[in-house]
Amino acid sequence: MKVLVFLESDEGRIKKSSLEATSYAAEIARETVAMVFGELDLSELNKVGSAGAKKILHVTDSNFDQSNIMAVSTAIAQVFEIENFELMVMAKSSLADSVSARVSIKVDASVASNVTNLPDMANGFTVIRSIYTGKAFARTKLTSKKKILTIRKNTVPILENGSDPEVELFQPNLKSSDTAVKVLSQEKSSGDILLPEADIVVSGGRGLKGPENWGMVEDLAGALSAATGCSKPVSDMDWRPHHEHVGQTGVKVSPVLYVAVGISGAIQHLAGVNSSKFILVINKDPEAPFFKAADYGIVGDAFDVLPKLTKAINAAQG
Amino acid sequence: MKILVCITHVPDTTSKISFVDEDTLFDKTGVQFIIGPYDDYALARAVELKEQLGGSITALNVGLVETEPTIRKALAIGADEAIRIDAEPKDTFFVAYQIAQVVKGGDYDLILMGRESIDFNGGQVHGMVGELLGIPSVSPVMHLDVEGNIAKLSREIEGGKELLEVDLPIVAGCQEPISEWKIPNMRGIMSARSKPLKVLEPFGDKQKTVVENFIMPAAKRGVKMIDADNVDELVNLLKNEAKVL
Ligand SMILES: Cc1cc2nc3c(=O)[nH]c(=O)nc-3n(C[C@H](O)[C@H](O)[C@H](O)COP(=O)(O)OP(=O)(O)OC[C@H]3O[C@@H](n4cnc5c(N)ncnc54)[C@H](O)[C@@H]3O)c2cc1C
Ligand SMILES: Nc1ncnc2c1ncn2[C@@H]1O[C@H](COP(=O)(O)O)[C@@H](O)[C@H]1O
Repeated sequence: MKVLVFLESDEGRIKKSSLEATSYAAEIARETVAMVFGELDLSELNKVGSAGAKKILHVTDSNFDQSNIMAVSTAIAQVFEIENFELMVMAKSSLADSVSARVSIKVDASVASNVTNLPDMANGFTVIRSIYTGKAFARTKLTSKKKILTIRKNTVPILENGSDPEVELFQPNLKSSDTAVKVLSQEKSSGDILLPEADIVVSGGRGLKGPENWGMVEDLAGALSAATGCSKPVSDMDWRPHHEHVGQTGVKVSPVLYVAVGISGAIQHLAGVNSSKFILVINKDPEAPFFKAADYGIVGDAFDVLPKLTKAINAAQG
Repeated sequence: MKILVCITHVPDTTSKISFVDEDTLFDKTGVQFIIGPYDDYALARAVELKEQLGGSITALNVGLVETEPTIRKALAIGADEAIRIDAEPKDTFFVAYQIAQVVKGGDYDLILMGRESIDFNGGQVHGMVGELLGIPSVSPVMHLDVEGNIAKLSREIEGGKELLEVDLPIVAGCQEPISEWKIPNMRGIMSARSKPLKVLEPFGDKQKTVVENFIMPAAKRGVKMIDADNVDELVNLLKNEAKVL
């Protein structure tokens, strides 16, 4: 079997989650073909080879914005058909949700989202996916001949032993309806670690009292090379931008370490973080519900603990 | 302006999730059901757009009779009529196909959904419906305005947002801050009782996935408490146990 992988990039770099998806595909199949949109350095494409792709189909047409759901879906469906793929994988993301959905209709595929293990192919094709916002899993059989999976972060380690891939330019045929959605402008903070991609996330809640105190959170995040997040009230009050809001109605993260500072641990917040590998909670109230979901806990005032912790981490890292 | 809002009937966000029948069935005992929080944003924005532009709102749910109180709540918040497709929503494709059939018969300008359901979290029904109908789908949508035949919207991208413009009709998967959740008032609740709720037989039974059983996450290991005056102990754990330093 050969597997198609849809890669996303950010600021000229292949997303880590997409490299994971590549390695996921390489674990299943001998032949992994990755597809990527936009200008990228050869060194980035070689990372994809190293993660397991034998070949890369590179779409460099400037009419193609990676975030154009319809154009990207059309291009992928064309490759799916031309090269007779039966399986495609991609990293779970809000773009992947829409793209996987549209492609699944175009090529008549089954789709499973938020997959957390390698498929069981002994008897049909079965995967486990995360549901109820991380509160449970569903063992799900994909019954169509063609299949699409979106993979949750940290499902497989990124391989590093592959060789440089064969790179082929691909020019899809677009219909006018594929460019019906006009992008007027994009606003994007640059240089930041993307929250859903981060291995470490430091989030602050209402316990930090106001946006002027976020310097402490950013300092700790800086020491850990972490992304910053927040609870819903914090983004509702505009202390922090909306795309940092973590939880049931915000971003779902699954980092190696999630640090929650001054967040009570309401079930809607926990829903967005419960697939983190380790959770550290800093809260001045020993009864805060978040401690029940934590691996490490410090009862204390954030204004006192955060600077001390940042200092100790900086010292430990020399 | 004809707006269709697709709503899910899902466990309240504070619910404990558990399963029965050898983990093949969701345990509904004691669970409070609500309109999906993202769907609730979509509905709230629909009500505002109708106030501004006129027209009508149809609420749609694919579900068994038990979802009717949730559908009535959507009518109380401001939908004018409702449709229930009488079937268990077993699979994302199945649900999307049902919705697409309703849209085909209905001449809607806007099809609003949540960015994702909070039970199966696929985030895929809007894309599938868009593709089945051959119209654009946009998600996650944070702002939505309509001027004439054009939708102006902003969509969240990782680390920011983009401003978009597209001709109607479209499918949009909504999230905050598109609007604020609306609580039904007494007049809404009274009038909801007499608003039409049409029940339709499902269109076919094609599905593309089957859930074999449910699995609960492994229990937490338990928390290690560290003294606030001993952050070095924590640094040690981060280094040697969590291995993040
Ligand atoms: C449908 C629905 C969906 C929701 N979705 C989300 C979601 O996606 N994400 C989300 O976060 N919330 C969500 N919520 C809101 C959620 O229920 C909580 O209200 C919210 O998470 C609380 O935020 P918080 O912990 O920052 O604030 P609070 O609950 O006010 O907690 C503040 C915490 O800070 C601690 N504290 C105070 N001062 C200090 C100090 N000096 N040092 C250390 N600790 C201190 C306090 O002990 C307390 O535990 C949702 C709610 C609903 C109804
Ligand atoms: N059973 C259903 N009935 C009506 N609308 C639904 C149903 N399931 C999903 N939807 C809509 O599709 C959106 C995305 O759902 P999902 O793809 O399951 O995450 C939801 O927010 C709803 O607006």
